[in-house]
Amino acid sequence: MADDIWILGIRMTKFGKHPDKDVVDLAAEAAMAALADGGVTMKDIGILAAGNLMGGGGIGQQIQKQIGQTGIPVYNVANACATGATALRTAIMAIKAGECDMGLAVGVEKLAGAGLLAGGARAGDGNHFTPSGRQGAIAPLDGRVGTETMPGVFAQIGMEYGHKYGGTSFELFARISQKNHEHSTLNPLAAYTKAMSLEQIMGDVMIAYPNTRPMCSANCDGAAAAVVVSGQKLRTLSLEQQKRAVKVSASVLTSDPYEEACQILPNVNTLTRNAATTAYEQAGVGPEDLNLVELHDCFATAELVHYDNLMLCPEGGAVDFFESGATWRTGSTPVNVSGGLESKGHPIAATGIANIWEICHHLRGEAGDRQIEGAKVGLAHVIGLGSACGVHILEKSGL
Amino acid sequence: MAKQIPYVDYLVLGDQPHLVANECSGCGARFFDRRNACAHCFGTEFRTVDIATDGELRSFSIVTFAAPGVQVPFVSSIVDLGGTSVRGNVINTPPDPDHVTLGMKVRLATYVVGTDDEGTEAVNFGFEPVL
Ligand SMILES: [Zn+2]
Repeated sequence: MADDIWILGIRMTKFGKHPDKDVVDLAAEAAMAALADGGVTMKDIGILAAGNLMGGGGIGQQIQKQIGQTGIPVYNVANACATGATALRTAIMAIKAGECDMGLAVGVEKLAGAGLLAGGARAGDGNHFTPSGRQGAIAPLDGRVGTETMPGVFAQIGMEYGHKYGGTSFELFARISQKNHEHSTLNPLAAYTKAMSLEQIMGDVMIAYPNTRPMCSANCDGAAAAVVVSGQKLRTLSLEQQKRAVKVSASVLTSDPYEEACQILPNVNTLTRNAATTAYEQAGVGPEDLNLVELHDCFATAELVHYDNLMLCPEGGAVDFFESGATWRTGSTPVNVSGGLESKGHPIAATGIANIWEICHHLRGEAGDRQIEGAKVGLAHVIGLGSACGVHILEKSGL
Repeated sequence: MAKQIPYVDYLVLGDQPHLVANECSGCGARFFDRRNACAHCFGTEFRTVDIATDGELRSFSIVTFAAPGVQVPFVSSIVDLGGTSVRGNVINTPPDPDHVTLGMKVRLATYVVGTDDEGTEAVNFGFEPVL
C-alpha cells in the first residue's frame, strides 16, 4: 500500500499582465512562494516537474538556475491545458514510487495579448493545388471544413449537449459566465475582477456563437507551484506544517478513449467522467461530499457539460442543476468561486496547479472574503484538448 | 469543363458527390484520415465505404473571429450522416441562429473554392439545409 500524499505548500502569482517579468521570473516567484508556504527549501526537494506549454522547453532547468541547482531529476512536461496537473501528478508519482519523499511542481505561462490560440493562419491559395497531410487537403481545413479554434470547438461541445438533452440557449450559457464574473470580484489574484450584467455579456463581441468574449477564458500571464510530500515525511515535520497540509485524496489523469465521432469533435465528456469515477473511488467520497469545485470553464459552454461529467448532477440534468443556483458560491455545490478561467484567467500550464491552490486556500480556511465556510473536501478538474483530463480531490487535514 | 480536384481526399466528386471513409474491417469504426491502425480495435485492415449525403445537424457554432485569412462568419458544424459523424461548414444559408438550428435536416453540397494557375478548380463540400 503506497503512502498517502499531501500538499505541503502551494501558491499562485497574480494572474494578469506582467510585462516586466519573463516566464522564469513568474515561475520562480510561484516556486519560491510555495516552498516558503510549506516551510521547506530546494534542499528538501527530490524531484522537479515543470510545464510551460507555449515556451521553448527546458523550463524546469531554467527555474533551477534561478532558485536552486541541486542535481535532482527534472521532468519538463507538456499536456495542453492539463500541463500543470500533469506536472503535479508527475511529482506525486515519483513520491508514490518511493524515489523521494518531497517534490515540486510548477506551471507557468505568458499569454497576455496572445489572441486566438490554435487554428492555422491560412497561406494564400497556392499556385498549384497539391493534396497534403492525412486528409489529402489542398489547403488548411480550419474555416472551410469546420473550425479548429478553441472557442468554436467548445461552442460545439456545449451545443451538442443542448441537442442531446435540450434546455440550452445563448442566454443560459451567458448566465454561467455571469456567475463566474460575479465570483471573481472576491478574488484579488484574478486577471479580471469586474461583475458583468447579462446584457453586457451577451452584447459583447461575439467570438464563436454562443460564446462572446467574456464567455471565453482570458489569455494572461501567471504561474502556480506546489510542494507535495509523503505522509510519512509529513509526520516528521512541525505540527503547524501538518495542520496546514492538504491531503491529496485522489490524483487521476486520463486520455480520451475511442468512441464514434471523437476524432470529428473532441469528446471531453467520457475522459472527464472516467477520471471523476476513478477519483471518487480513490478518495472514497462522492460528488455530494464536495464543498467546492474548480472545473475547467475554458468557455461558458464547457462549464455546463462538466457539471454532468463530474456527476455533480444526474445525467442530462446540467441545465436544471445550474438553474437551481447550485453552482453559485451560495449554492449547494459552489463551482469556480475563484472566478474560473473566464475571469481569473487561463495561463495554460499554470491552470492545473492554480485550481488546486484555490481549493487548498479554502480547505485551510485562508480564503478571506471568498471563503466557503467549513470547506473540508474539494475537487479540481482540468481538460487539455487532444485530450487529457486531470482530476484531483483534496481534503482538509484532520489535525 | 475545368479540371477539378477535391478539397480533401475523402470527398469524391462526379455526378453524385459524396464522402468516403476508411472503415475498419475488424470493428467498423470509420475514419476520414490516412490510418496506421484502428484507434478502437487496433486492426490494420480497412475498406473504403461511401457515406450518406443526407443527415442531421448535431452541433454547430457560428464562428465570427478566426485566424488571419479565414473568412468569417462561417458556420462550423457536426453532422450525423446515417450514423457517421462528419465535420463541415453549413453553407447556402445565412450564418445566424435563425437559419441554423440544432437537429436541422441537411444534405451535402459542393462549391468551387478557387482555381490554381493551371486552371484546376478546387471543390469543397459543406452542408445545406433541406427545406
Ligand atoms: Zn477497428
